[in-house]
Amino acid sequence: MNNITYFKDQFEQLQEANPKGTIANLRQNGFDEFTKDGVPTYRDEDWKYTNVSSLFNKEYQIAENSSVTLVDVNALRLPGYKQANELVFVNGRFMANLSTIRSEATDLIVLPLEDAAKGEYKDIVAAHLNQSSNYLNNGIHALNTSFIDGGVFVHVLKGKEPEHAVYCYHILDARENPSLALPRSLVLVDESSKLQLTESYTTLGSSDSFNNQVMEVVVKENAYVEYYKIQNDVANASQVSSTHIRQIGRSYVHTVTITLNGGIVRNNMNLVLDAAGNETHLYGLYLLKGKSHADNHTLIDNLKPNCFSNQLYKGIADDTSTAVFNGRIMVQPDAQKTNAYQSNKNILLSENATINTKPQLEIFADDVKCSHGCTIGQLDEEAMFYLRARGIPKESAAVLLLQAFAADIIDQIKPEPLRSYVSKLIYEHLAIQ
Amino acid sequence: MLSVKNIHANIDGREILKGINLDIKPGEVHAIMGPNGSGKSTLASVLAGREEYEVTEGAVSFLGKDLLELSTEDRAREGLFLAFQYPVEIPGVSTTNFIKAAVNEKRKYLGQEPLDAVAFLKMMKEKMALVEIDQRLLSRSINEGFSGGEKKRNEVFQMAMLEPKLAIMDETDSGLDIDALRIVANGINKLRSPDRAMLLITHYQRLLDYIHPDFVHVLYNGRIVKSGKKELALELEEKGYDFITDDIDLAANQ
Repeated sequence: MNNITYFKDQFEQLQEANPKGTIANLRQNGFDEFTKDGVPTYRDEDWKYTNVSSLFNKEYQIAENSSVTLVDVNALRLPGYKQANELVFVNGRFMANLSTIRSEATDLIVLPLEDAAKGEYKDIVAAHLNQSSNYLNNGIHALNTSFIDGGVFVHVLKGKEPEHAVYCYHILDARENPSLALPRSLVLVDESSKLQLTESYTTLGSSDSFNNQVMEVVVKENAYVEYYKIQNDVANASQVSSTHIRQIGRSYVHTVTITLNGGIVRNNMNLVLDAAGNETHLYGLYLLKGKSHADNHTLIDNLKPNCFSNQLYKGIADDTSTAVFNGRIMVQPDAQKTNAYQSNKNILLSENATINTKPQLEIFADDVKCSHGCTIGQLDEEAMFYLRARGIPKESAAVLLLQAFAADIIDQIKPEPLRSYVSKLIYEHLAIQ
Repeated sequence: MLSVKNIHANIDGREILKGINLDIKPGEVHAIMGPNGSGKSTLASVLAGREEYEVTEGAVSFLGKDLLELSTEDRAREGLFLAFQYPVEIPGVSTTNFIKAAVNEKRKYLGQEPLDAVAFLKMMKEKMALVEIDQRLLSRSINEGFSGGEKKRNEVFQMAMLEPKLAIMDETDSGLDIDALRIVANGINKLRSPDRAMLLITHYQRLLDYIHPDFVHVLYNGRIVKSGKKELALELEEKGYDFITDDIDLAANQ
């Protein structure tokens, strides 16, 4: 790896500046692990189809300073932003001056992670930050932990239904150098509260970017979470995006991950069902063209009884793109009466595109219902002929069928402004040949 | 309008059509009958442009154009309509949006302005009444969960909306009970006009009780072996295909 020295220098500077406390300790452990494990290669089963080590051959800068302004932010606001809290991250750091918090402080708290780790939230941060390392024990995750700096803590207060949603805009400034961002966030969704969280990603400039993100979400009793991830960045923008959600009280989580563009995109979507009676829905859609590579790894760890989970991921791979789906469901000995369903459906549009799909069920309880299924097919020739026989040209017929294929995932985006926005993005994405 | 000259067609290297000749003039209704495997549906597929079939010999002219040179979609936009024997279910595509796209693609091809929402809805209402189809079916995905009769009615409705010059009805009577058959046949009859021709492909005579053809052709082993007026259909019903095919098989063996 060319840039190990660079990481070491950067890490030491960071530790010298802030040598003490929970976060500094986590960083130290993270860096030790990173130096020990290194970056995963195709020899690691979990990274067999996704060559992240190739991302480390670039001269990245973990840039602290950036000239990103509100004008740049304006250009990438998502529809519905006027009713949302907008959190802006530049090169992985939370920028309070570019962010807009519209909710009342009695409903929603947004703090720099470092501040939260010191003040009244210090026990919460100590208890929940980096729980994800129990599941994501690899060098990529450890690298993010080594550089926890400028992260954010979000707390949706107990019994509050914030009137506003939370939009996270990740901006990577690659106008001068290849940019590496390592954003870290911790979100606590307290009892009986409700959160709608959306993340989007934008690289500025023409150099490569690499966003290695970890978000940890803790969901308490009777809370309700919708989580949307919209990945539509440029072709030389890569990311490993790890979302680690722990439902520690009986609660409801609904996630939708949309991947339309990018270089190498790896999503880790982990759900730890650590209370009886949890309900979880995971949806994903990847529509890949060019040389894009999208890898969705999902994990549902059923620790307690009577949990329900449903997963549906759908994808289309064209040109020389590659898609990977790995859906792992674990049912621990205590998790009796688990219901876990999983389905992955794919369409290959080109002879040079690749799809790898793998369900992975590990069941240690004896009274459970689990199912999985995956399909890889082509556009339905009969349907194509039917549409063309009514005068609809071949290209438009294909777009109609692909839109129809994508529709049941798009429909899972519940807020109307976001759904129309994504629907339009997808139409444009499919219609451009 | 349609002139088919000595068409030979293969699928997977097997010759199915062995020299078909057929002339259809505006306003005429022709019925093609024949036993299973005689090549009836192959003829419909070749005319509509299904790519699995390879035409090895012969020519087809449609309204003065070389039909075989046109893509499937251009054939449709020139005014050829195929009512499918097995209409395809397409989940996720609403019937209304699909028909609107089809109508406007045709208009674009003919150099006409697209229909606006109001004009399109007005046209839908008229044609729905004509073929007795329920609005609820049209708001659903194309043919998804439709009964056999609903699918065939949807085919006739699309035909009404697209106003073709030549409609090929491929086994439109198959899988219909007597009530559904009557409704579908009524719809087709209402769409008969002096400048629209129809080609009915059917195994049984019963469709012809409702739709009276001008000409009846018997297709057997890839050739039209007998043509006549509508009385030929009645004769076939009474005597079965054997009365024609036995003679031919005999002649072939001699």
